[in-house]
Amino acid sequence: METVTITMKNPPALYLEADNICPDKFAGKTALQIADLHVFEGNTTSTIGKYFDVSGNAGASAADTKIVVKGDVKKVKYIGMKMSAGEIGVEGSTDLYAGAWMTGGKLTVKGNVEAFAATGMKGGELVIEGNAGNYLGAAYRGDWRGMSGGKILVKGNAGSDVGMYMLGGEITINGNVDVHVMTHAEGGKVIIKGNAKSKLGGQLVDGTIIVYGTIDVMMPGYKPIGTVELEVDGAKSKFAHFIGDTGERKKKRKGQIVYGNLYKKV
Amino acid sequence: MSEYIIKNGHVFDPTQGIKGDKADIAIKDGKIIKDSEVSSKAKVIDAKGKTVMAGAIEIHAHIAGPKVNLGRIYRPEDKLFTYQSTTANTRMAGGFSIPTTFKTGYEYAKMGYTTAMEAAMPPLFSRHVHEEMRDTPIIDEGAYPVFGNNWFVMEYLKNKEIENTAAYCAWLLRATKGFAIKLVNPGGTEAWGWGLNCLSVDDPVPYFDITPAEIIKGLIEANEYLGLPHSIHIHPNNLGNPGNYTTTLDTLKLSAGYKAKNKFGREQVMHLTHTQFHSYGGDTWANFESKAKEIMDFVNKAKNVTIDTGNVTLDETTTMTADGPFEHHLTELNHLKWANVDVELETAAGIVPYIYSPSISVCGIQWAIGLELALMAKDPMRCFITTDHPNAGPFTRYPRVIKWLMSNKARQDQIKAFKNSDKVVSATNIAGMDRELSLYDIAQMTRAGPAKSLGIPSMFGGLKPGMDADVVVYDFNPDKPSAPDQIEAAFSRAAHVFKSGIEVVTNGEVVNNGHKRTLWVNAKTKENPQVMRDVQEKFIKYYSVTQANYEALGHHIVPNPYAIEVDATQ
Amino acid sequence: MTKTMTDVVCPFCGTLCDDLEVVVSDDGKQLKEVYNACVIGTEKFLHSQTKDRITRPRLKQPDGSWKEVSYDEAVEYTAQMLANAKKPLMYGWSSTNCEAQSVGHEIAEMAGACVDNTAAVCHGPTVIALQDIGLPSCTLGEIKNRADRILFWGCNPAHAHPRHMSRYSIYPRGFFTGKGQKSRKMIVVDPRVTDTAKLADVHLQVEQGRDYELLNAFRVALNNEWLPDVVAGIPAAKIREAADLCKNGRFGIIFFGMGVTQTLSKNHNIDEAIALTKHLNEFTKFSIMPMRGHYNVTGSGEVLGWQFGFPYSVDLTRGFARYNPGDTSSIDLLARGEVDAMFTIASDPGAHFPISCVKHIAKIPSVCIDPHQTPTSGVSKLHVPVAFVGVEVGGNAYRMDNVPIDMRKVVDPPAGMLTDEEFLTKVRDRLKQLKGKA
Ligand code: SF4
Ligand SMILES: [Zn+2]
Repeated sequence: METVTITMKNPPALYLEADNICPDKFAGKTALQIADLHVFEGNTTSTIGKYFDVSGNAGASAADTKIVVKGDVKKVKYIGMKMSAGEIGVEGSTDLYAGAWMTGGKLTVKGNVEAFAATGMKGGELVIEGNAGNYLGAAYRGDWRGMSGGKILVKGNAGSDVGMYMLGGEITINGNVDVHVMTHAEGGKVIIKGNAKSKLGGQLVDGTIIVYGTIDVMMPGYKPIGTVELEVDGAKSKFAHFIGDTGERKKKRKGQIVYGNLYKKV
Repeated sequence: MSEYIIKNGHVFDPTQGIKGDKADIAIKDGKIIKDSEVSSKAKVIDAKGKTVMAGAIEIHAHIAGPKVNLGRIYRPEDKLFTYQSTTANTRMAGGFSIPTTFKTGYEYAKMGYTTAMEAAMPPLFSRHVHEEMRDTPIIDEGAYPVFGNNWFVMEYLKNKEIENTAAYCAWLLRATKGFAIKLVNPGGTEAWGWGLNCLSVDDPVPYFDITPAEIIKGLIEANEYLGLPHSIHIHPNNLGNPGNYTTTLDTLKLSAGYKAKNKFGREQVMHLTHTQFHSYGGDTWANFESKAKEIMDFVNKAKNVTIDTGNVTLDETTTMTADGPFEHHLTELNHLKWANVDVELETAAGIVPYIYSPSISVCGIQWAIGLELALMAKDPMRCFITTDHPNAGPFTRYPRVIKWLMSNKARQDQIKAFKNSDKVVSATNIAGMDRELSLYDIAQMTRAGPAKSLGIPSMFGGLKPGMDADVVVYDFNPDKPSAPDQIEAAFSRAAHVFKSGIEVVTNGEVVNNGHKRTLWVNAKTKENPQVMRDVQEKFIKYYSVTQANYEALGHHIVPNPYAIEVDATQ
Repeated sequence: MTKTMTDVVCPFCGTLCDDLEVVVSDDGKQLKEVYNACVIGTEKFLHSQTKDRITRPRLKQPDGSWKEVSYDEAVEYTAQMLANAKKPLMYGWSSTNCEAQSVGHEIAEMAGACVDNTAAVCHGPTVIALQDIGLPSCTLGEIKNRADRILFWGCNPAHAHPRHMSRYSIYPRGFFTGKGQKSRKMIVVDPRVTDTAKLADVHLQVEQGRDYELLNAFRVALNNEWLPDVVAGIPAAKIREAADLCKNGRFGIIFFGMGVTQTLSKNHNIDEAIALTKHLNEFTKFSIMPMRGHYNVTGSGEVLGWQFGFPYSVDLTRGFARYNPGDTSSIDLLARGEVDAMFTIASDPGAHFPISCVKHIAKIPSVCIDPHQTPTSGVSKLHVPVAFVGVEVGGNAYRMDNVPIDMRKVVDPPAGMLTDEEFLTKVRDRLKQLKGKA
């Protein structure tokens, strides 16, 4: 695997749109060619080289390419958008749409990400060592096809609307989450190791939410049906089991009504 | 204005019976002229080895107005990643199944379509429809106001008052600058006001004490009383349900005994639209099958009927219709987002996204039915190609539909590509049909035929001297063998398109925005004080706007109107 | 001598009453009296006639004072500002006509700007919900003629839309509702005892911020499923009763306002309310409608919709249109410091946006086009007064139910004043020159 290191030297006055910072776009290019790829600041088109020092050539394919992003990229959007393979490591924090629509590969952010990370994610792995903003692993506006595969790990906290319209894949949040988790989901799993506020699983048709900490207010559409023992990450614990959203329409599988499952550690 | 002479092309013009012979087409001052009359200053377009036709006419598409725009607004995902940037001659343009108004104009023009009809204008929203048409460049457009669930119409027809119905229709066409009398699920959409429907032509409409059959016959009579350019244009009851072909036949039969009365050369008294959605056999989705043959056996014999196809294009699209109860039914089936608008005293509309997936047998069967209708048509002057845009697919897929109709190989390839091709083959006749439509058939189905059905054959649909200079040159040589995809490519991006004598498209790109017109029908009737009193009373009691504001359609909203005059005072 | 004009349209709230009568002086210069309008509407008409009105553009000087400038100078300033900005925001549009909006969009496309309307602070969440699950709705005449169940959820028409109840929703006698108010049951959901709530047959005093839970509980009740004893401060039995009341009507409607769009859960409240409406259609006929505030915020959404495909928060910076509230929405753009010029028209973000946004406006080049002096004109560098739309110039507008109504000109504007459309047309033409397109 070849490594390309890009280091911010001229931070933008406004914000930078850099969907070209992606192994798929870098693949097969030399450092010089990479420096020539477009980035956008408002309505002006510019190049990666104007803002970043670029060193190292990319591999022949996305899978052979690793991108290391250094310096202050808090105002850079779309890093890793639509990536299908390879790796990106962002050493600080980054802005909106990190790993949006990604289908493969691994994106690691050492700091925080703002909203819309992993929008419409189909595959691959996103690791955020700091906090995530709102709409982590959610669908794009209007789309009923949200995150359908892949894994997300947030070591800090996450904002509201985690996993909206989720269909598959897994999101783990080691810290706390804000309101609305897996709204409208029809599959997938969200694990919250910290505390949750309220409005979990609203309008959810199918899917699983596991909460280790507290829940401020439960949705009325979740009916308590007892306690179960679950194994998560190799550790067994006891959970109160709720099914819902009982207000939402119901799917059937093999003649049986399917409910979503919400487990809260007891 | 400039002069042009398009030389040595293979001309296909049903209005003159020209079937691919080499001929020169001359243009001056927006009209077609005899090639002998053109001056030496005329710009020469070399069409050697190319196909030349009149501009195509869209007879039924949902391209402007409240439900179209609600569709645009509620589907941001329909525009994701495919937006086209501003160019020297075009505004930015986006949307796949529901393009923006600018994109609508550009895309039609690029394919050689120069006139289009918006298929369902809710009268209360006519201002909105016209504002969008104003912002749809290049192509001439008209809009059909809907009448089939209108309270005035139902009350007059309950008492068999044809003259009053006609006077009301003429007033509404004027007030809304409408083009024709459209019916959508007659009676059924009013029933939807209470969450109900009329699934057959004999289901009584709640409260109004009238049946769909009576509404349909009454509006045929009113239409012929007025002598409008187009006939009634009907989306019959029971759309989209297995077994609905019997309802369709019952509807078609209502045309029996009526003869067209008009000065526009129109021969039909009923145009039945998106027939594909109405040609279904079986009684569940499990035994769903094609009844295209049963429908076309009737249509082929009934000289006073025209139809359009409503071809399924196998895309993700957005369904939208004034058939409110159907859209509710659809959202209950596919659970996708449902918008609905009931319009006081007049109509309703519903919208639901839909994915015609080649992996689903029902979608494959629908695809086959649409093609069968066109392939079984004995008279291509009475059967027109549509996708009921965007219901069965976006209009931008016309080139693909034309490819399927012109090439059996293209059809067989598609059948093979279906996940359940056995099921599709056994429920339809498509696999055994080897007819391949000719370019002349296509010119009839997309040009001369719709022009005649719409009552505008003196302006559009042909290349006779005196007609509007709407001329298209396709980079397609009918003398040479071609692969099916060449058909699609040629019809997708015309080499040259002239609209009213202005070259608007060159090599598939927009070069000029033309001067689009709004076509409407001004039918003059005898003064009818009773109808005007009824109108006044209904506005005071039941409408939520005043009559004066309802009737106001200023120049800023319809800047370039073109009225087709009808005198029904005799 | 005076003359009376009929069928005048009120340019104030989304009710867009079109039955006003206005008495004007014979020379068409003075507005004397207004009939049929509510107090707010009347005030709007009369206010346009104040004597101390500003009639020429004003440029803010380094010392903070204002200097009168010509319209041509104002055009130049505005065009230069837009031409030089990397990411200008063109915000407002809700109190002007569709014709002006349309010219504004041409400018925005040329300038590579973001365009947004006041949905940013009122019904933006409604749009998001519409995009997520649709919206079964109807025109206001349908309510008048058919509706026998009226819910006002988080809105207070008695104050914000004063003629709504008398024209459309509660009192009128329609075709199938001949007994007027007696044929209707009225439910109000509001944490406060508002004047609207006082008129209701049922008032559900929902706990603040728990509308989403209450709406969900309605749906659980429709499915006859288990409910906790109390949801959002309301006993389950009362919720089941209210759900039954909705279910047993012939035609129902939920009207909702900023009490649900701008409180916790925002778009989700509306999403669940729409889901409830759809759910009720399994039992009877039900619709839902936002109580739009500005008289033509709906029109702005419509024109943006057919021209760009998105009804608010539209980002045109890269030569094609994009949309994603949270990224492309005015408040986020300003609060995050994403824009470098502010163009405000027909709205007052200075009064309605968070203070951090207003501070950003004060920092960057800015123009405010508004007939009035407003908090926004106060923080802007250039204030361009224009004619009052709906009073001094007509043009198209869209009512809260999307019905288009062409507004009427009632009196002449003061001599030499431009309309929004005229001013914008000059800016467009100048910008074309600056961009080398003319
Ligand atoms: S209700 Fe609204 S539109 Fe009607 S008069 Fe009052 S302010 Fe004007
Ligand atoms: Zn149609």
